[in-house]
Amino acid sequence: MTTAAQTQVRPRRAWSPSQIVLTLLGTAVSVVFLSPLAWALFTSLKPETEAVEVPPHWLPRDWTGQAWSAMFDNGNLVNWFVNSVVVSVCVTAVVLLVSALAGYGFARTEFRGKGVLMGVVMAGLMVSPAVLGVPLFTTVQQMGMVDTYWGMILPQCAPAAMVYILYKFFQGVPRELEEAAFIDGAGRWRVFFTIILPLSRPSLAAVGIFTFIASWNNFLWPYMVTNNPDLMTMPNGIATVMNSYGIQWAQLMAGGLMAGLPLIIVFVFFQRQIVAGVAHTGLAGQ
Amino acid sequence: MTTSAQTVLAPARARTAAESVTVRRRQGFQHGGWFVAPFLVLFALFVIWPLLRGLYLSFTDANISGEGASFVGLDNYREALNDPLVWDSLGHSAYFTLLVVPCITVMAFLLAMLAHHIERGKWLWRLCFFMPFLLPSTVAGNLWQWLFNPGTGMINHVFGLETPWLTDKSYAMLAVVITTLWWTVGFSFLLYLAALQGIPGHLYEAAKLDGANAWHRMAHITLPMLRNVTGLVIALQILASLQVFDQAVVMMDFGPGPEGSTRTFVQYTLEEGFTSYRVGYASAISIIFFVLIAAVALARMWLLRNREEDGR
Repeated sequence: MTTAAQTQVRPRRAWSPSQIVLTLLGTAVSVVFLSPLAWALFTSLKPETEAVEVPPHWLPRDWTGQAWSAMFDNGNLVNWFVNSVVVSVCVTAVVLLVSALAGYGFARTEFRGKGVLMGVVMAGLMVSPAVLGVPLFTTVQQMGMVDTYWGMILPQCAPAAMVYILYKFFQGVPRELEEAAFIDGAGRWRVFFTIILPLSRPSLAAVGIFTFIASWNNFLWPYMVTNNPDLMTMPNGIATVMNSYGIQWAQLMAGGLMAGLPLIIVFVFFQRQIVAGVAHTGLAGQ
Repeated sequence: MTTSAQTVLAPARARTAAESVTVRRRQGFQHGGWFVAPFLVLFALFVIWPLLRGLYLSFTDANISGEGASFVGLDNYREALNDPLVWDSLGHSAYFTLLVVPCITVMAFLLAMLAHHIERGKWLWRLCFFMPFLLPSTVAGNLWQWLFNPGTGMINHVFGLETPWLTDKSYAMLAVVITTLWWTVGFSFLLYLAALQGIPGHLYEAAKLDGANAWHRMAHITLPMLRNVTGLVIALQILASLQVFDQAVVMMDFGPGPEGSTRTFVQYTLEEGFTSYRVGYASAISIIFFVLIAAVALARMWLLRNREEDGR
């Protein structure tokens, strides 16, 4: 593939000494960075007894898919995977809808008390389940949502940060675009759905992808609100159930890779959007 | 502002623009509330209400069932200030933050410079350095718990050490810090990379024409242009690091670490709430923590505003 690219783009620069040094350096750093993941992968392909041998060795002597198949036979993991998908997809959908509407409402419409409400939302940026876990739990308990999907999903659906990011974005959309539509007789809602939303696809993608990552990887909240192993999400199930009856390292590593794989695959495919998304969501916070 | 510009430039169109403004006002007044309502309902239920409830509970001796709580005034706060574990756990979170924030900022900057300046395979470097961030915290924690295992783990083996990483109080938090660096540097790395790509190339060309060498270009263009993103990285990292919990508990098998040396503030509030069932007391220390986090966030906003004013 490189040769084809080289013949097509002929004036490609030759390897300069500084490029060679930088590339070697980059390779060395990448090897160090990825070695823990390689270690997880190799461990997952060892039999349990070989995994705990002292001293440790990198490559399995006895390659086996035992840990992986044991993991699938143990029904819990499939359950957790489904739960993770349900929770993350629901959270992402609700967050996208609700924060796009609110961001637009704050940026472009007028209503009584807007300034005060916006201030309250900004204050909400400082609240997270880590900061107010116990009171949040008792609130959800009062609502009778402990050990339910609702209890896991809804508290993740009020992210002030996402509203703020989209608010900033909508403020930048030229008003003339909307005004033209108003003159043609379109209402607020039609303008929002047919003009504003299509324009903001990249921002919405960024918010969506980040909400999905955060929700898929969220440990603390599902950990607090579920005790029932059937309702746990991947990170939660792996950390609590798989760790509780004498750790089986090969299986644990296989489970960990299973939990990480979906996002890694998503990243490989949507790399450009995600990088733009980090830049966008992150830098919007400035 | 747009309307006044339009009246000056195109008086013929000014009337329609003005009309549309009134139309917009009227429609906005009807609909604006509905746009924000769904979010506000969720926000009120799961952010504002828990905050107020936490404040209320902090003045009571409520237990986990929430029944039979009586008002105890400031007792919980008084107790918190005299509770050595509050100070210990706060100290651990602060120590963690103090180690993580500078290391991550420097590492992210260096990795971004590296990835930015290598001409070939940009996507590959990005993928390598960002990948650990995509793992759930618990997976990263388990993986490094395994790597740090003194006998069967790779770290002591590769470096020829015999360090009891996870069982000695002088190393335990360090192990959590190393894990965190590996796991989260990717996010700040991407922020730096995006900022580097956003520096206009003509600045460098102009500097080259003026005879500035690579070192000067770095000191007078790159670093000043990265000031904003550095502020952002540091602020986000401070806020996230103070709230550290997941990887520390996973690495220590859900305990407080050797001699309680990795018990973080978040962990202590949860222990009080869910293990000791002292919801009132846990709420009080949560509120103290909230005030602390809010102070950091407000300090940053204040610094930013001051700097903007200086800039003008």
